[in-house]
Amino acid sequence: MRLNTLKRHMRESVKSLGRNGWMTFASISAVTVTLLLVGVFLVVMFNMNHFAKKIENDVEIRVHIDVTANEQDKQALRAQIEAIPEVKEIRYSSKEQELKNLIKSFGEEGSSFRLFEQDNPLSDVYVVKTEKPTDTIKVAKQIEKFQFVHKVNYGQGQVEKLFSTLKVARNIGIVLIIGLLFTAMFLISNTIKITIFARRREIEIMRLVGATNGFIRWPFFLEGLWLGVIGAIFPIVSILVVYYNIYKFLEPKITVPFIELLPFNPFMWQISLILLLFGACIGVWGSMMSVRRFLKV
Amino acid sequence: MIEMQDVYKTYPNGVVALNGVNVRIKQGEFVYVVGPSGAGKSTLVKMIYREEKPTSGTIMINGVNLAKLRDSKVPLLRRHIGVVFQDFKLLPKLTVYENVAFALEVIEESPKVIRNKVMEVLELVGLKHKVRSYPDELSGGEQQRVSIARSIVNSPKIVIADEPTGNLDPETSWGIMELFEKINNRGTTIVMATHNREIVNTIRRRVIAMENGKIVRDEAKGEYGYEA
Repeated sequence: MRLNTLKRHMRESVKSLGRNGWMTFASISAVTVTLLLVGVFLVVMFNMNHFAKKIENDVEIRVHIDVTANEQDKQALRAQIEAIPEVKEIRYSSKEQELKNLIKSFGEEGSSFRLFEQDNPLSDVYVVKTEKPTDTIKVAKQIEKFQFVHKVNYGQGQVEKLFSTLKVARNIGIVLIIGLLFTAMFLISNTIKITIFARRREIEIMRLVGATNGFIRWPFFLEGLWLGVIGAIFPIVSILVVYYNIYKFLEPKITVPFIELLPFNPFMWQISLILLLFGACIGVWGSMMSVRRFLKV
Repeated sequence: MIEMQDVYKTYPNGVVALNGVNVRIKQGEFVYVVGPSGAGKSTLVKMIYREEKPTSGTIMINGVNLAKLRDSKVPLLRRHIGVVFQDFKLLPKLTVYENVAFALEVIEESPKVIRNKVMEVLELVGLKHKVRSYPDELSGGEQQRVSIARSIVNSPKIVIADEPTGNLDPETSWGIMELFEKINNRGTTIVMATHNREIVNTIRRRVIAMENGKIVRDEAKGEYGYEA
């Protein structure tokens, strides 16, 4: 393509934005609203996913060893557990260690547990982590049957509930995002269709005097691109600003150990890039869909 | 050279527009296509610039069979054919100069060539003094001159005119016809569908008369031959 032609396409596409002022405004608004929704959704989803990963990684199986087990029995049990393919790591924690942890976790009031130092009622524990957090339940059930296992603890009930809730939440999120994107594409393709409709005479004449379809398509391609990209600016800026403030405000106040917000950098740049790409894609796709039917020879 | 052999055209809605048309038009001829509304004049004319494809038959334009021409090649064909319509088809937001230049810009001519050619044809049609005017500032005759200028700006071998004087008063029409004769004298083939009996009967040229999708009369220096 000649440089002059490219310049012409650029000029034409920008001119058309101004010429069809209200339609341009409508298209950009459609992109803006959609991307704002998609953006907020993505931020929530990514963060939720982040919590979920943290929580999932915190899930562990605590295998309480029977008091009658001697050193050899413990070694045998360890070997048995390690033999389960889904097991990622196993850590031994003696009952003295367990008591220390307990005392520490209660802070000031923990000192009253010191009474038990003489006669420790706790048992020695193997802490087991699985390769995939979702295998926890299966592995726990297996370990339960081994000899010298007094009790297996993995937060029965809660873990199952947590996993299924996370799965449902994730799926709902994905479906909603896909739905939103399709709505946006539809809206944009319709608005650009009207823009093109306003220029159908121009297209008709172009075709009569022998312009190629590629040539005719270019300005509309660029116009769609501008619409999508301009429409993405407001959502990106507002999400950046709002997230920055939420992060600054909330992060110091969150004390629950496994809940934390994704840090501003690089998360926000990823979100910005995603929104920009979405904007560009739906803009271009929308305009291409609309221009197609005007190019049938 | 335009050559049609056994051309049939049935539209998707079942209307038979052309019912076995055979015609040969030599380079440089001036041909009127006449006939009542619905006789197939417009369809015949549209076949030449491949706005419509024949259902069967062959249409050869300078050795290319349009019935088999791929869609992607149509733009190249159209660069050798100028088209003029009853409703001018000018772009209202462009000046006279820009409207004519448009035809060259979209086929990616260089700006220098565009300038020279546009000024040349605007001089030919007698509108050099109105280059900066917009279409709505011109009379109907002037607008048609602009559209003729646009149709010949890339020096086509054939100019197709579909009722070019249909929207013009008789006096203006004569001026437009003079212009077509001028273009024809430069060696350009002109195929004109028209309802204007006065013109056909005065400026005597070859007349192809159509009825019900068939050519019923084809005579050199013919007459319009229908009652108004």
